[in-house]
Amino acid sequence: MEALAITGKNESADADEQQYLTFMMSDEEYGVDILAVQEIRGWEESTLIPNAPDYIRGVINLRGTIVPIMDLRIRFGLSSVEYSPVTVVIILKIEREHGERVMGIVVDAVSDVYTISGSSTRKPPELTEDKNSGFIKGLVNVNEKMVILLDVNELLSISGSLENTGHIAD
Amino acid sequence: MSIDLSQFHQIFFEESFEGLDVMESQLLELQPQEVDAESVNTIFRAAHSIKGGAGTFGFMQVSEFTHVLETLLDEIRSGTRTMQRSYIDLFLQSVDCLRAMLSSIQAGSEPDMERAATLKGSFENILQGTSAADSAEQDLPSDTGNTTTADVTESGWRIIFNPSEDILQTGNEPFRMLRELQELVGADYLTVIPVTDNLPEFTSLTPENCYLSWILEIRSNVSRDDIASVFEWVADDCHIDYQPLCAAPLKNTHDDTPEIRTGAEQKSAAERENGIPPAEIDSGRTATLIPEKISEALEIAAAQKSKPSVSARTARSSEPSSIRVSIDKVDSLINMVGELVITQSMLGELGQDFDMSRLIRLQEGLTQLEQNTRELQESVMKIRMMPISFAFSRFPRLVRDLGSQLGKQVNLVMLGENTELDKTVMEKIGDPLVHLVRNSLDHGLETTEQRLASGKSAEGTITLNAYHQGGNIVIEVKDDGAGLNEERILHKARQKGLVPETQELSSEEIHQLIFLPGFSTADVVSDISGRGVGMDVVRRNIAELNGNIEVKSVRGKGSTFIIRLPLTLAILDGQLVKVKNETYIFPLVSIVESIQLQKRSLNHVTGSQYVMKLRDEYIPIIRLDEFFNLRSNDEEFENPMLVVVEGDNEKVGIVVDDLLGQQQVVIKSLEQNYQRVAGISGATILGDGTVALIIDVSDVGKNLEKSGKGQSRSEQAA
Repeated sequence: MEALAITGKNESADADEQQYLTFMMSDEEYGVDILAVQEIRGWEESTLIPNAPDYIRGVINLRGTIVPIMDLRIRFGLSSVEYSPVTVVIILKIEREHGERVMGIVVDAVSDVYTISGSSTRKPPELTEDKNSGFIKGLVNVNEKMVILLDVNELLSISGSLENTGHIAD
Repeated sequence: MSIDLSQFHQIFFEESFEGLDVMESQLLELQPQEVDAESVNTIFRAAHSIKGGAGTFGFMQVSEFTHVLETLLDEIRSGTRTMQRSYIDLFLQSVDCLRAMLSSIQAGSEPDMERAATLKGSFENILQGTSAADSAEQDLPSDTGNTTTADVTESGWRIIFNPSEDILQTGNEPFRMLRELQELVGADYLTVIPVTDNLPEFTSLTPENCYLSWILEIRSNVSRDDIASVFEWVADDCHIDYQPLCAAPLKNTHDDTPEIRTGAEQKSAAERENGIPPAEIDSGRTATLIPEKISEALEIAAAQKSKPSVSARTARSSEPSSIRVSIDKVDSLINMVGELVITQSMLGELGQDFDMSRLIRLQEGLTQLEQNTRELQESVMKIRMMPISFAFSRFPRLVRDLGSQLGKQVNLVMLGENTELDKTVMEKIGDPLVHLVRNSLDHGLETTEQRLASGKSAEGTITLNAYHQGGNIVIEVKDDGAGLNEERILHKARQKGLVPETQELSSEEIHQLIFLPGFSTADVVSDISGRGVGMDVVRRNIAELNGNIEVKSVRGKGSTFIIRLPLTLAILDGQLVKVKNETYIFPLVSIVESIQLQKRSLNHVTGSQYVMKLRDEYIPIIRLDEFFNLRSNDEEFENPMLVVVEGDNEKVGIVVDDLLGQQQVVIKSLEQNYQRVAGISGATILGDGTVALIIDVSDVGKNLEKSGKGQSRSEQAA
């Protein structure tokens, strides 16, 4: 993950190409580092976690591991949609200090895989008002379309985000 | 050699810490009046391997420090110096110091050398104090390399035995000679270090040649002639080198011709080499072995070239938390898996063309599968089990130090040290136990004068006992001291407003008071205990392990703290309940009873809080659906059940929709990928693959208090 941070900053280097898995939500295309993607699966019923923020749909059993599922639409303040059998869950995995953390995100549909170089990535405009801007690592143009690159580490660090939304929920 | 030694660091640290533990426990058993030679040898061996290892890996601070320690030990061992209590104390301090040094090196920081320097100074003072008297003896053996007259040394010999390659063809067998030597000097005094540097590649190895040489360390008063007689037949074919042991550190002499030094040379060489540890022969290819295992040593040495992993212990992960599992447990696990595979293939075959006539066989197969699974589960659980002696081992030292600090004579008795217990439980029970033992020493045991005055022996006894009872492990901390002073406890509790003035309590209730936060009866706050933080923490820690603690006390006879813990944290017996559409699990041990909720027995207290009179107690009632925000408050239950649970010694009634079955559940972490959730201790996977959450009973109770609605304390006391 350190390598990720370096590529983000080092704009002149050429060898900093990275692959991103992109997915659609509400006509926008978002990208996550493909190395953080463990698998993609269909939506299945989850078990509620009491007193969890509304964007945490619950936990599922992923081959013996308890994995929380986050609805990214609700997380980003988009209008929520009914889940259907084709609703997709992307299972993300990050390395942390004390082992790894696995979490699923619910998105509308998986789109494509792009190879993106760090130099073509633009910083997001400063949107201090928006609580979600912390998740955005950068913006990039692919085939005349904007793709929003997400910082997976930020996205999955719920401890921080829970506090934030806890305030709002109160 | 350009081997990356850092891969062995973890093993070195683990072994060194084990070595330090050994030193510590042996030192504690040592009585200065009657020094047991074997104990001193054990201590010496431990120190020696730490020194050797530290040198190999370039931790010079450690090896230099250990060297001085070792020198004094060596003098004691060889009898030139008698053990004194002050030495034991000094050694114990050195053990602490070494442990600190190794810990900081392990953590990657520079060790604090100040303490080491002070201790080293003390050692050098001791060593120099008698150096005049010892010098004659010390010089004497160093000459023996040239003369055969002074052939008895006080401390022994280091022999480099380098047989010629064709020794086997002449009908001589080095193994036999080593065995003979072992008989001569006794197994405990012989250390054999095989040197395998000359081993050729496996393809070019001639089986009839001997490529090995050995470094033999003899730590006993054997004359050189006696040793030479062992090698008499091969003396001409072999290179045999005798070095007196007392002053000459082992040099890397196995591949070149070692010269025997004269006294003066040797002394200066010894000084020069002080920084260079012994046994600096490439550690990847030599192994220090206890003599009983000479035959193994030969095999290992021979195997080393082709299979380095054989000698370098079964590779352990570099994770700091690792467990050693006895091979028996692994074997039985493999057996179980074998049976499971057989059952699986049997069922698979059965399923291929199944018809109803084979139903009985299917049922049999499933029964077998169930049995296999249960056995497998038990064996896997056993892997996590470790004898409780790991947790007990720190107490002899602790009791000794504290006893002398408090001026009390204490005898520590430890029973049931082989009782096995889950590793996680073991790690978490250590601190509460330390606290209880300190408490017993400080508060429990009386001073020697008081003991004598009340007709007891001067020496107090603290007993640590561990045993299995039902599905639990019970740990007792017992002292034969004064027992709990009930009047004083009650008085203190009233003073602090923990108990109303007018209220009378039974002895049992008074005993429970010591577990309340902020409670201490010690008149003087000491280093050791009495600050009033403690017993409540002990109880909380134990409650976190799903265990409980109680105290039994007889005035004047002593008190016993009894800790009950579940055998493992990984599996629990659960009661499944339904709340709305969700399934939750209560740990069965926490359930007192389950009853149909009668609306009319509910009483309203302050707003939304209900209590219920259950026999002669009022218990607070919590609606689980409300607690977890599953539905709005005004929605009514249709036919509610009340589960009365006890957590932290307080009863709480929890309202659920329905009781489902009971089953064993495997506890999975919710925190690993998510975070802690109030009222939930973990999650599990049910038979249908869905996730169910496990209720943390004491946490639910605690949250009730926190929310300000709780009346539980005063209610309970009433």
